[in-house]
Amino acid sequence: MPLKTEPVTINLGPQHPSTHGVFRLKVTFDGEQIVDAEPVMGYMHRGTEKLAEERSYVQIVTLTDRLDWVSSMTNNLSYVRTVEKLANIDVPIRAQYLRVICSELQRIASHLIATGFLMQELGTFGGTPLMYCFREREKILDMFEMLCGARVTLSYMRPGGLIQDAPPEFWERLKIFTSEMPGYVDELESLISDNEVVLARTKNVGILSDRVAVDASITGPMLRATGVRWDLRKAHPYEIYNSLHFEVPIGSNGDTFDRYFVRINEIRESIKLINQAVEQIPSGPIRTEIPYFFKPPVGTAFSSVEAPKGELGFYIVSDGGISPYRCHIRSPSFINLTVLKDLLVGASMADLIVIFGSIDVVMGEVDR
Amino acid sequence: MFGFGLFKGLLITLKNLILPSRLFTTHQYPDRKVGPIELAKFHQDWQNTSFLQFLFNNPIKIIQSLLGLISIKDRYPQHSRFRGQEFGWYENRCTGCASCAKYCPLGIIKIETSRSGIDLDEGQKYKVDVFDIDMGRCMFCGLCVEACPYDALFMGSGFEESKYFRQELNIDIDNLKNNDTKPSNWFRPQLEGKNYDPRGSGPLEWNQVGRHEKPSDTEQASKWGKR
Repeated sequence: MPLKTEPVTINLGPQHPSTHGVFRLKVTFDGEQIVDAEPVMGYMHRGTEKLAEERSYVQIVTLTDRLDWVSSMTNNLSYVRTVEKLANIDVPIRAQYLRVICSELQRIASHLIATGFLMQELGTFGGTPLMYCFREREKILDMFEMLCGARVTLSYMRPGGLIQDAPPEFWERLKIFTSEMPGYVDELESLISDNEVVLARTKNVGILSDRVAVDASITGPMLRATGVRWDLRKAHPYEIYNSLHFEVPIGSNGDTFDRYFVRINEIRESIKLINQAVEQIPSGPIRTEIPYFFKPPVGTAFSSVEAPKGELGFYIVSDGGISPYRCHIRSPSFINLTVLKDLLVGASMADLIVIFGSIDVVMGEVDR
Repeated sequence: MFGFGLFKGLLITLKNLILPSRLFTTHQYPDRKVGPIELAKFHQDWQNTSFLQFLFNNPIKIIQSLLGLISIKDRYPQHSRFRGQEFGWYENRCTGCASCAKYCPLGIIKIETSRSGIDLDEGQKYKVDVFDIDMGRCMFCGLCVEACPYDALFMGSGFEESKYFRQELNIDIDNLKNNDTKPSNWFRPQLEGKNYDPRGSGPLEWNQVGRHEKPSDTEQASKWGKR
């Protein structure tokens, strides 16, 4: 006699340690299998876009720190590039090099967090790889403290350049870091990639096809894991990425393991980029002096950079005043989260958190 | 071989456990337990006693430190550009222009000025009556410090200013006057040029922190004269 079964709906969150913020997921299970998933966003809506409408162009830099709080540097970069495009501000060449060095450091830090928390959410290690990742990230945060006096909410960039030049001890620390880091990355990779438990939990879990990824305009490591070679640093080079040589690592399968693997390889490429930039960096000014309250001409501008999580773009409409008329943020976490249902349906209950963690979202950016 | 990866991982964990170069940056806070050598070094740095002299003179303290009974107050090294609490404010430098208040993204600085009646022949100087900062809403972006044209406002280097009530976080002009003025180097290259460290060095006076040295009276008279 068959047992009578019916689907069960379970809430994940809004308060859950693996959601990197406050995120609610209504999941319907049929036994162990997920048959439906509905993400509920907006618990962390802070109105960044609206707040930007009543602040001056320089003051908005402080708001962008709070979007994706593990990669403030690239948020700053994307915003100030848009304002520079809007108001036709030139940036000194040394500032462009420093911006690239900072954003690559931030990419390493963000990918370390993504990798560490993915392992934490697998539950296989009890936090050992997470602690190793955090130990390396701590060095990057110390370097950011030398640059701008803060560790997370940096506000280092300004329209027209950077706030301050790097102190001499920063370059010494950076040299030590870039010489040590490849060894640490190899060690981290051999700790994770060879582990049978990790392979069993991540291979062929949460497969995203390249067709769906391109249709849903997924960007970042999640897109590259599906085998699509698309990186804004190569496709539309900004700042000085034209003069640097690097490769774009891609995956083949589009599963959770590939997403992790692409991130690890991107850390290696970032170290290469930093080394090249440190060799080439010229001396000179780091900031074009612009007034505190300046009025760009009437018009619109969109500009985007390759943030650690994907394409981060700002769309600013100016009506000629001291603050933007409209500021829209194209955040990678929000767009990447839209395929969550495609990934989850058909997966088992135990893989839910793993798939969610492999997307690497930060809720401050999703709800803005 | 299946299962080899697990052993490889365990070897890496062992390596990280043993090798001193792979130690974690765990820091005990606010007190740190120390052994005899570190204790002697601490006294050497702070009380100018020599290393061996301390070891011979204080056998009891050394036994205590070996048992883990002695702790010293020590903070994690912090760069001199750190943006923190305890704003440094110099009344003599401040003209009451309220640039900081205009530039604050949150509008938490309130300044009221009145006519002082002094320095009438050089143009009247404003007297700052009210200088309130609502630290409960401050996000330490440092834009007010960047905006100050006369180097009158500085960030501090503290971070342990928790209070029991929210209204205690409102800083008024008396707090600012009584603060130890140990300015942070953030956006102040003139202090970096002097190798000033807000945590190691003493407080700075108002005439030591400017972008330019203060001209002497004769220089001033020759340059400006009396109108």
